[in-house]
Amino acid sequence: MTPRQRRWLFAIAAAGLVACYLWAFAGLPGFGHYPGPYGPEILKHAIAQTNATGVVSAINFDYRGFDTVGEEFILFTAAAGMSVVLRKLRGEREGRGEREGRAKSPYDRARNRDLPPTSDAVRMPTLALVGPVVLIGWWLAAHAQANPSGGFQGGVILATAFMLVYLSGEFLAFRRLSPVALLDCAEALGAGAFVAVGLAAVAQGLPYLDNFLPLGQVPGAVSSSGTIALISFFVGIEVAAAFTLIIGELLEQTLLVRAGGR
Amino acid sequence: MTGNAVMDVLQVTVLVLVAAGATVVVRTRERVRLVLVLSAYGLLLAILFFTFQAPDVALSELTVGAVALPLILLLAIAKVRKRPE
Repeated sequence: MTPRQRRWLFAIAAAGLVACYLWAFAGLPGFGHYPGPYGPEILKHAIAQTNATGVVSAINFDYRGFDTVGEEFILFTAAAGMSVVLRKLRGEREGRGEREGRAKSPYDRARNRDLPPTSDAVRMPTLALVGPVVLIGWWLAAHAQANPSGGFQGGVILATAFMLVYLSGEFLAFRRLSPVALLDCAEALGAGAFVAVGLAAVAQGLPYLDNFLPLGQVPGAVSSSGTIALISFFVGIEVAAAFTLIIGELLEQTLLVRAGGR
Repeated sequence: MTGNAVMDVLQVTVLVLVAAGATVVVRTRERVRLVLVLSAYGLLLAILFFTFQAPDVALSELTVGAVALPLILLLAIAKVRKRPE
């Protein structure tokens, strides 16, 4: 195919795209006008039905809880796949590291790249931030039923607390705080508990993921909304573990490859 | 100015900023700089979602788009970066 033909092909395809795009654009509802039937219905009934004032969480963990199980397992599978792929490579490197003495940290083994120690100016603020970040993460994961938050956001913020430990000190401190076996268990338990909550409803003769727990008295209270708060909590654990696992694997891989030499 | 007009101005401003930010992200070539620009763009997107009354999505975008994704990308860059011999 000559460049000239290729340009013609592109011109035709681009013209088609523009035409289709404009056609679709003309058929869109006006800005801010939601035409679907579900939005107004949910807004009318959600708080009365679930006692959750965080209506987005009520939708995510109750009305369409089954979709959220699938989404959760996307992350679960990604983290599992990542640790499988990187673990294999790590085994290859470890053989070489063994000869030089395993007890040494990856930093010690690096020959051609002396990493400077973390300065106090970095260490102090990051260490001071760890506590508040953990608090905010848990708060978000535990208040899905009352606020626009949820287990997913809270979990990611919890995972960044571990990153702060890494930034403030060393990789080894990070690894001591978050051993891979513990992360694996936490991730599996978080994901499994979500499914188990759904099965617990089935065991009582209700539909899968039906909200079978008492809804509490006051809408928006932390103890209200039944399974919504419970599922958000488990999602928080799963997401925090998955993100810490993913980032930890990458960190380890980076340091060992750099340290192993070639 | 009524509240609605203020919101309109805010929404249009943020939309323009997001369009400009996306252009900057695409035009950036150096990898580490690209990640930092992407992180700032994630923050812009979070503000966009917030001004369009989706605080839940804004929070997700803030944690994933502005923090977690740039972190993972930085680590990946550190992994593939050629060591100075």
